[in-house]
Amino acid sequence: MLFQQVINGLTLGSVYAIIALGYTMVYGILELINFAHGEIYMLGAYLGIIFLGIFTTMGLTAYSLPLAVFLTVVLAIFFCSAYGFTMEKVAYKPLRNAPRLSPLISAIGVSIFLQNYVMITQGATDRVFPYRFGEKHLHFMNAEVTWLQGSIIAVSAILMISLHMFQKTRMGKAMRATAQDKTMAALVGINVDSIISLTFVIGAGLAAVAGVMVASYYGLVNHFIGYVAGIKAFTAAVLGGIGSIPGAMLGGIILGLIESTGAAYISSEYKDAYAFVILIIILLIKPSGILGRHTEEKV
Amino acid sequence: MVHILEARDVSKHFGGIGALEDVSFKIRKGAIISIIGPNGAGKTTLFNCLTGIARPDRGAIYFMENEISKLPAHRVTELGIARTFQNIRLFPEMTVIENVMVAQHLRVRYGLLSAIAHNRTFRKKEKDIIEKAFEYVGFVGLENFARTPACNLSYGSQRRLEIARALATEPGLLLLDEPTAGMNAIETMEVMDLIAQIRELGKTIVLIEHDMKLVMGISEWIIVLDHGVKIAEGTAEEVRNDPLVIDAYLGKEAVQ
Amino acid sequence: MRNKRLLVRSLIIASWAAILFLPFKGIRGAAELFLVIAAGIPVFHFLQRGMVLPKHFRSVVSFLRPFFIPVFLIAALAVPFLAGDYYLDVLIMCGIYILLALGLNVIVGFAGLLNLGFAAFYAIGAYIYGLLNTKLGIGFWPCLPVSAAGTACAGLLVAVPALRLRGDYLAIVTLGFGEILRLVLNNWDSVTNGPNGISGIAPPQLAGISLGNLKYFYYLVLAIVLLSVFVIRRVERSRTGRAWIALRENEIAASSIGINVTRYKLYAFAFGSFWAGIAGILFAAKMRFISPESFTFAESVLILSMVILGGTGNIYGAIAGAFLLVLLPEVLREVQLYRMLILGIGLVLLMIFKPEGLLGKNLRKIRQPVED
Repeated sequence: MLFQQVINGLTLGSVYAIIALGYTMVYGILELINFAHGEIYMLGAYLGIIFLGIFTTMGLTAYSLPLAVFLTVVLAIFFCSAYGFTMEKVAYKPLRNAPRLSPLISAIGVSIFLQNYVMITQGATDRVFPYRFGEKHLHFMNAEVTWLQGSIIAVSAILMISLHMFQKTRMGKAMRATAQDKTMAALVGINVDSIISLTFVIGAGLAAVAGVMVASYYGLVNHFIGYVAGIKAFTAAVLGGIGSIPGAMLGGIILGLIESTGAAYISSEYKDAYAFVILIIILLIKPSGILGRHTEEKV
Repeated sequence: MVHILEARDVSKHFGGIGALEDVSFKIRKGAIISIIGPNGAGKTTLFNCLTGIARPDRGAIYFMENEISKLPAHRVTELGIARTFQNIRLFPEMTVIENVMVAQHLRVRYGLLSAIAHNRTFRKKEKDIIEKAFEYVGFVGLENFARTPACNLSYGSQRRLEIARALATEPGLLLLDEPTAGMNAIETMEVMDLIAQIRELGKTIVLIEHDMKLVMGISEWIIVLDHGVKIAEGTAEEVRNDPLVIDAYLGKEAVQ
Repeated sequence: MRNKRLLVRSLIIASWAAILFLPFKGIRGAAELFLVIAAGIPVFHFLQRGMVLPKHFRSVVSFLRPFFIPVFLIAALAVPFLAGDYYLDVLIMCGIYILLALGLNVIVGFAGLLNLGFAAFYAIGAYIYGLLNTKLGIGFWPCLPVSAAGTACAGLLVAVPALRLRGDYLAIVTLGFGEILRLVLNNWDSVTNGPNGISGIAPPQLAGISLGNLKYFYYLVLAIVLLSVFVIRRVERSRTGRAWIALRENEIAASSIGINVTRYKLYAFAFGSFWAGIAGILFAAKMRFISPESFTFAESVLILSMVILGGTGNIYGAIAGAFLLVLLPEVLREVQLYRMLILGIGLVLLMIFKPEGLLGKNLRKIRQPVED
């Protein structure tokens, strides 16, 4: 029973971790809570349903399921990245030197817009994922792990490892330099604007994968899922230490585990409240998070 | 009580780097004292420790017999220390007169209910606040700009307004952090005159400057900091001839 | 040359938007959007070039200013004799939102603390009355101070721990508090009756007359709104109000002139929440039914939008913002569906083009040396 909850929590947690990476990377560079990031994930879930639906009617799914899924994910990543890119250019870039709260309010505006945009274009009712992945599963230490759960955990792990490797490349180093000091980065010839765009694109791409995975896992999506998941992923990012990439991964997994065990052993009605309670507790006890650095404000 | 302020072994570190190392000194009541040193010597950090904006890691600070190193900034102000900032910190959207009115926060008090009722206490005290505010604004020569938003003032006037605002808290000790930074020669002279006038009011003044020549004439005691350490103190004459100061401070300027 | 560049730019923007739109509305939808944007940008551009504010606009406004408040008052008093129940209903909601916007304006506008969970305080005010009235039979008038004070205390309770945090974290904590409260209201069935809410709440009585009648209730709301404007204005122009604005403008400077920053932030939270409590009890008394659905995050955002739209820190701005955001959807019934969509775009555009709000002063524009 407990181990089953651990597997469920790990599945959920790796999705939170993937979304949390987007929050933490943007915060690391712009010190902005990109409130609309959860909506990108929601777009990803819808795009997964839309494209897989198209491929199913085309007959591609029947011909080769892996190819159809692969193309769906690629297209979802492409469109989500395009949305992430546009969002930054339209809603945040003009506010780069504005008071701190202006971009946050703008982000809330983007979030409301995207939610209602999807509601209007896709309808207010739940949408169903066009393919049911089988209930085939592995037995593993008294727990049942479905193939889908296994794939979600595996894909998330691969994405996190790739992001970690990316950090070591030239581009990744430029990104870290920009996060530390934008002025200095610009002085050594880094194009800060494109690095910021790249951050949004990568974050949105990750959110797209998370969206498609969740849509296939639960089978149902609606236009509210972005808000809830966004808050939870943000909690994960803060829990791990906002701005820290390993922190976001760790925070996501811890949060997933707390939620699934909490729902099983304490109360499932308050499942969504755990994230908020944890968020408030961390912010009060250790606002810098588990892996975050403590920074003193300069006078 | 001859000394208004005493610092004993004040130390402050930022992430392992020592910004202040065991700094001790005494400040005599009614004097003008300058703290000088090259950029990065720890002068502003010292001010932050003296005013409760930063908390020293070690050491003690006594202001008129009170230990203040662990007090929050507003308590320190209440005891009678006021300051200005190197990078001006006014309330930009408030007018000049409002900036000075709000600074009387500690000295003129009334309850929320009298404010809502506009009773006699409220009216009398508000009248006092406005009158005093005009006095201070006039004292620094900004009477013609009383209704101008602070952010629309020129740079020099903003520094003057900061001094007026600090005076409005009715301090015994006034700390001025580079009050002439960014000013031309005439403005600098005017501010120096203003400082002399403030001393006439019976206030003790501590100035931060990195330009040593500027404060030689006006200050009767000079404390020299370098890399967070007090390397010398004394009269202008003594400091000027101190080999350590010449080495660490004037030497650098000569190289520059 | 310039026109050509404009045309190319609008074509690029239009194609980009159409690509983004493609998966959600298909080829036809995307093509329509393309045409609208490609044509819209140049048209808007030429309109903007041709539009100049009349020169005398400012002097006319300043001439009319002294008449504004008396005219407004007379109109407000006369409304029940001229308008039908529908209008009274809308205006009562305007009044309730004005109270909410004024309260939030104290927190966000005066003290500069972003609160994203203000609907929670509105809910507390409403539920205190709902519960006291239906379970213990206590009437409106004794509940009014209890609701207001209880909500103010809730504001303090949230603020005490939250105020150690920096601005945007504080915003998230208030959001979290709002969500937790909503989840509790939804799930604590034995007390709050869960999602079904509390019904059968009594309308206020005055001298034996029930104020359930819309006309009477309208006057009650009007009286409370006027009282709140009166009180908040006086507090704003006192020692307390100045201290709030000082800490909004520069927290370190505020503490260095002797303002106890934490204490004044707490005052702002309590004082702002107080009005939310009053708005809550009025809402419960008017609807006679409350449920968690009325106090969602969207509601918090709506109230925040009223404050920001009108101009943060400006009492009349908050009132104008509340009016606009309550009345607009009523006027534009057909676009009800697009209401939130437009609100979202509006917030982004407002932050970019007029962050000080409709009635705020644009200090960036007038910032120029007056001397020399």
